[in-house]
Amino acid sequence: MRFGYYLRLLAVSMRTSLLTAMQYRADFIIEGFMSLAWTALALFPLLVLYGDRTTVAGWGFAPALVVMGLFTIMRGVLEGAINPSLIAVVERIRTGSFDYTLLKPADAQFLVSTARFAPWRIIDVLAGVAIVVYAFRELGRAPGPAELGAALVLCAAAVAVMYSLWILIVAAAFWVVRMDNLSFLLGAVFDAARWPIHVFRGVWRIIFTFVVPLALMTSYPAMALLGDLSVPTAAACLGGAAVFFVIARTVWSLAIRSYTSASS
Amino acid sequence: MRAELRAMPTMLRIGLAETIAYRAEMIVWILTTTMPLVMLSLWTSVADEAPFRAYTQADFVAYYLAALIVRNLTSNWVAWQIGEEIRMGTLSMRLLRPVHPFASYLATHLAAIPLRLVVVTPVIVIMFLTDARHVVIDDPARAGLFVLSLAGAWLLTFGTFVAIGALAFFLEKSMALVEVYFGLFMLLSGYLIPIDLMPGWMAAAAEWLPFRYMLGAPVEILIGRHADAAAAAAVVMTQWAWAAIMLVTAALAWRAGVRRFEAYGA
Repeated sequence: MRFGYYLRLLAVSMRTSLLTAMQYRADFIIEGFMSLAWTALALFPLLVLYGDRTTVAGWGFAPALVVMGLFTIMRGVLEGAINPSLIAVVERIRTGSFDYTLLKPADAQFLVSTARFAPWRIIDVLAGVAIVVYAFRELGRAPGPAELGAALVLCAAAVAVMYSLWILIVAAAFWVVRMDNLSFLLGAVFDAARWPIHVFRGVWRIIFTFVVPLALMTSYPAMALLGDLSVPTAAACLGGAAVFFVIARTVWSLAIRSYTSASS
Repeated sequence: MRAELRAMPTMLRIGLAETIAYRAEMIVWILTTTMPLVMLSLWTSVADEAPFRAYTQADFVAYYLAALIVRNLTSNWVAWQIGEEIRMGTLSMRLLRPVHPFASYLATHLAAIPLRLVVVTPVIVIMFLTDARHVVIDDPARAGLFVLSLAGAWLLTFGTFVAIGALAFFLEKSMALVEVYFGLFMLLSGYLIPIDLMPGWMAAAAEWLPFRYMLGAPVEILIGRHADAAAAAAVVMTQWAWAAIMLVTAALAWRAGVRRFEAYGA
């Protein structure tokens, strides 16, 4: 019954976001064009690079394209489902209208994370899927059901990690108030997820695997899809995602206790 | 003009005080410039096995660190500032003051340079700690040209951003245009990949467009990609010509725009 209640809340929030988006239908064309242009821009260095080389850090052109496709999908999820809500909530914390969120009879973290969606970002997700499909056509094979299933599970874990990182940012806003540009900073760091993790060396690979786990977001799901990921690594990914999620929830509960309304 | 010159020291002092007041925010904004580092990671990995065309690993390190430095020193947010002030109507305050708005924008963004310099200092230090230091030029003539090209890139970027910001007088969605501009900039300035690695037709287009002179030109001069000082000097001259063209364009767009300004909300 509780679950159904939250599902209904989610549906309501999605419907209002969709209705808002439908009011600005011209945006669909502008944003669609922009997102395709940015995707093409991201592919450009890969095309130049693989024009001269066949492999980079053990990755051929088609596998690297799979990573790029997953990056585009994840960016769509991030900017469509995670970022809009979090930018909205940071603003509410700053102005003090976050009080009203706390008064509502539902979990505050849930309300905060589903406050707003950007439906047009679905274009990014579709563009990403198209890139992945194209990459597999280049490879001349299709992923099997086991690989597809593993990749989907890992993608879900990737979304959970991304969401946890952003929740940590919002939690920080309870203490440091002006945090909106920190979410841009994480977005900028996320840009590095467009390359396979093996491109990074030494300390950067450790950071991007364990601290800001970009590897978990694009490289490992891509490897699962390509059938190159071992079972222990996949299990470690899922465990890591779970740990991140628990940490984020704990920090959030601690942070919300120290919230002192800005309005009163 | 006399009023502007007399007010300039005070406006610069105010700008500096503002920069210092919002230093944490500004430093975070500057840190969001990660793209050169993202590209650096890819290309150093590529050049690890063998040089990529005319670029060795040290060349790539030097190129992208230089790009990071030039980008941070020459960038500003005046387009967003103008767009916001036009939309909110707060521009009217600026129009009432006895100095031209250009002068006050110029002062604000010039005053941010010291903080930007502080932020890029570690990058400069890193550049001289790695192999990249052998790539950076050391003859005084070209070093002087580099400083000139840095100033030219700053003016060109400033003029372009003022012109884009002034578009908010005419268009409701002018900030979408900033995004289009930024995409073209990334592609054609050498920000994503060095211009001499681009396909021939694109490199030729980059020659003729202003973007290269905002970033690629100073970077190429710093890492000695031009045959000699004379070739570098020719690039700097073209760059300053572009800067002049952009500043005049910005002034014209501004004059036409202010006439139709209605100060909504104020």
